[in-house]
Amino acid sequence: MSPIVELKDVRKSFGELEVLKGVTFEVNRGEVAAIIGQSGSGKSTALRCMDRLETIQGGSMLICGHELHDDDIDLKSLRRDVGIVFQSYNLFPHLTVAENIMLAPRMVKGMKQRQAREIADTVIAKVGLREKMDCYPEQLSGGQQQRVAIARSLAMEPKLMLFDEVTSALDPQLTGEVLRVMEQLAADGMTMILVTHEMAFARKVADRVIYMRDGKVHEMGSSDILRMPATPELAAFVAESAEH
Amino acid sequence: MTYNFDFAAVLAYWPLLLEGIWTTLRLTLFCTVFGILLGGACAVVRTGGPTWARWIVSLYVEFIRNTPLLVQCYFLIFGIASMGIRLPILVGATIALTVNIGAYTTEIVRAGIESIHRGQLEAATCLGLSRTQTYLHVIIRPALERVYPALSSQYVLLMLASSIVSSVGVEELFGISNRIQSETYRNFEIFVVLGGIYLGLAILVRGGFALLGLAMFPRRRKLGTPL
Repeated sequence: MSPIVELKDVRKSFGELEVLKGVTFEVNRGEVAAIIGQSGSGKSTALRCMDRLETIQGGSMLICGHELHDDDIDLKSLRRDVGIVFQSYNLFPHLTVAENIMLAPRMVKGMKQRQAREIADTVIAKVGLREKMDCYPEQLSGGQQQRVAIARSLAMEPKLMLFDEVTSALDPQLTGEVLRVMEQLAADGMTMILVTHEMAFARKVADRVIYMRDGKVHEMGSSDILRMPATPELAAFVAESAEH
Repeated sequence: MTYNFDFAAVLAYWPLLLEGIWTTLRLTLFCTVFGILLGGACAVVRTGGPTWARWIVSLYVEFIRNTPLLVQCYFLIFGIASMGIRLPILVGATIALTVNIGAYTTEIVRAGIESIHRGQLEAATCLGLSRTQTYLHVIIRPALERVYPALSSQYVLLMLASSIVSSVGVEELFGISNRIQSETYRNFEIFVVLGGIYLGLAILVRGGFALLGLAMFPRRRKLGTPL
């Protein structure tokens, strides 16, 4: 299997502060990778770099065939291949669910209204919110909004989906409905990288777990490393997470 | 001391008053359309344009906001005339008022644009929308929606302030009233009538903005949240 995501010694600083101090890992097509770690370990920054919301300063990053350290990278094409979902949903408040989903297919792919609507119908069914198509975001619960955000990304038919702490703003009851959608996506074969605090979910769904600490990959392996950590730091982190 | 009210003497001039109302309304309508276009464009430049363009816009905004409207009117109308360009007086007045309201609109719309959360821009960027598409579909409409009450007040003020162009010879409502007053000497009556007409026009402009708001912001219409 060829890696769809390849990070080699990636470095990134914000001013004086070095956030990524040489991050190296790969993710294969169809895999689910969970990036875990304390706040400030650089996991969200690493994820944001993959969609070039942040630019890297050292090392190399290959995402779906795009060289991200390249200055004349085709951003439009990168963003067709990569979908990202944020902690704060970021739905467009003035548009209905259907309009939120159809905006990018129409604007970016130049689809006609009808064609975009068909895609919207398909992806909204995937997240189980068919009856909410004509609602506005403010009429939905947080969990429902996050599911719409996932559907909006899926409408662009990405090859890779990034999830940045997508359940962190949700109540435990609402977390479940979002995780079920993501689990189904994984079962459908979508390549996914998620930054998450949900250990149980990572254990269940992730093919690869990446434990980041202080701007580096500290330990990496199959989800077994959550049961049998090799380093005392990951052991402590897993134990600490279990308490919550 | 007794004063005999004689509204009939004033109301006899109703065709002239109607003419004045029509001129004021036309002035307001044109300045509203051009003012929103000018102010919207300047707000976009001021928030997302190149540095030199931002500077030009801020100079324009500060100059207009810190000088009297009357001075601006004289400057633009007589200034243009002294360059040898002959424009109908109503066109000159429209330009002067538009330049003025455009600056205020810039500031109001800029506040709206800046209130849009960064996450909205990131979401649009990640979906692959271009900068222009992001402005058109993700930023401008919610930005206008947020500042709409301030915007509609500003345009009611514009309608009221348009009386100032009577001093450069435009026969709008106030100019006409002045003429009626000098012909009838019914100062009190004419200004009572004038006040009532301006009040009615203000309600009309507000109503117009409310209707426009319902057309522009379907979410408000559907959820019934007032503007």
